[in-house]
Amino acid sequence: MRRVVITGAGTINALGTSVPETLEAMREGRCGISQLDIRDVDRLSVQIGGQIHGYDEAEHFNRQQIALYDRFTQFALLAANEAIAQSGLTFAGDLAARSGVVMGTSGGGLNTQDENYRAVYEEGKNRVHPFVVPKLMNNAATSHVSMQHNLKGPSFTVSTACASSNHAMGQAFHMIRTGLADVMVTGGTEAMLCFGGVKAWEGLRVMSKDACRPFSATRNGMVQGEGAGMFVFEEYDHAKARGAEILAEVAGFAMSSDAADIVMPSKQGAARAIAGAVKDAGVALEDVGYINAHGTGTAANDKTECAAVADVFGRHANELMISSTKSMHGHLIGGTGAVELLACIMALRDGVIAPTIGYEEPDPECALDVVPNVAREAQVSVALSNAFAFGGLNAVLALKRA
Amino acid sequence: MADDVKQKVIAILAEQAMLEPSDIKPTQSLEDLGIDSLGLVEAIFAIEEEFDVSVPFNANDPKAGDFDISTVAAIVGAVEGLKAAQEA
Repeated sequence: MRRVVITGAGTINALGTSVPETLEAMREGRCGISQLDIRDVDRLSVQIGGQIHGYDEAEHFNRQQIALYDRFTQFALLAANEAIAQSGLTFAGDLAARSGVVMGTSGGGLNTQDENYRAVYEEGKNRVHPFVVPKLMNNAATSHVSMQHNLKGPSFTVSTACASSNHAMGQAFHMIRTGLADVMVTGGTEAMLCFGGVKAWEGLRVMSKDACRPFSATRNGMVQGEGAGMFVFEEYDHAKARGAEILAEVAGFAMSSDAADIVMPSKQGAARAIAGAVKDAGVALEDVGYINAHGTGTAANDKTECAAVADVFGRHANELMISSTKSMHGHLIGGTGAVELLACIMALRDGVIAPTIGYEEPDPECALDVVPNVAREAQVSVALSNAFAFGGLNAVLALKRA
Repeated sequence: MADDVKQKVIAILAEQAMLEPSDIKPTQSLEDLGIDSLGLVEAIFAIEEEFDVSVPFNANDPKAGDFDISTVAAIVGAVEGLKAAQEA
């Protein structure tokens, strides 16, 4: 089987508008969660989020583009531009035909839906903008990235709620590994911080009104975020032959389905995906030094995830480090695994483990080394990124140091 | 008025538990009724809609907040408390 490496990374999220800015914020344990600045926020009972403040679409896109690009597409394009620029690739001829885009999103063009439902229902308008459908469709971001960069190979969008981007990156990995493509632009994007997007989550009663504190005994729920993370996955020999800088190797991937409950997580389902990714990577359990947790800050996820890690790793669970960067950038839902993969790359490349901030008090049900509040220096050769979605769909990636 | 609240709360819980209201006893817990966490969240939503109140409830910590969900009688009492506070 062919080997797959990462040769480019890009992002925009509440911590920064580039990978270097984001990694600096993670190293410093900075919190990107703040008061939401959105229309009708006074009618929300949850008023915080990992929102990208000061973002002006007109700085990046022209009028015609803005007419077609929902916020989730804009984020995807900005992150993809950064990733592809870093990779140094340009797509033409045979390479273009052998390169595609697989991206995760959960809400797609939710801002477009929200604005247009408001127009027809609340304001009573009987006419909407002609581009509502191509703007809101879940594959719009994938298609615009493919158009912008001439990516003509297999391309599609994956939607598995909070695991969307990990499932997407897993697909991209498999496609290169098995020879369907040589380069894949992959990751996830989400822009759900609009009135309807936050109101829907409020209803479930799992959101925190003050902070995301994963693994802390005082945690009281999740906090939504927004943004995108995009990567260039490339076949190893292809990258070597052109002397590309390799950020990390994508060594393994595994998926599982709990087949149990539409919202409650399952220890067994999570454990099967974690163990499967380690096995697929062909490494020993003891080689895993860092796990970027799903770590949502809900009571149910964090204890279930810790129990799954303890089951899979046995005694080694106490040696490895596991942190949740959602405490800083919030939960990007369909884009979260992509931004979190940056923390795995930082651990492998820079030897810096991003912390779990907001940690106040140990929880005996989360008794692992969660790297509380302060980043740590450590040499890590294998890192995992967990994603466990509502609906019981789990996806775990394993990265190796290049 | 108190009986009215009681009957309405019991009707909501009965619907969630798929039981007849007459089968529900004040001393029973939600677990006794077979109402899980999703059922509880849905029942609280129904209570908010029925009584036009806002129930302080976070599924991450059901025991936090002042809304006692330990038994059917406790829930009825908590709703009466919310109603009284609203009317005060």
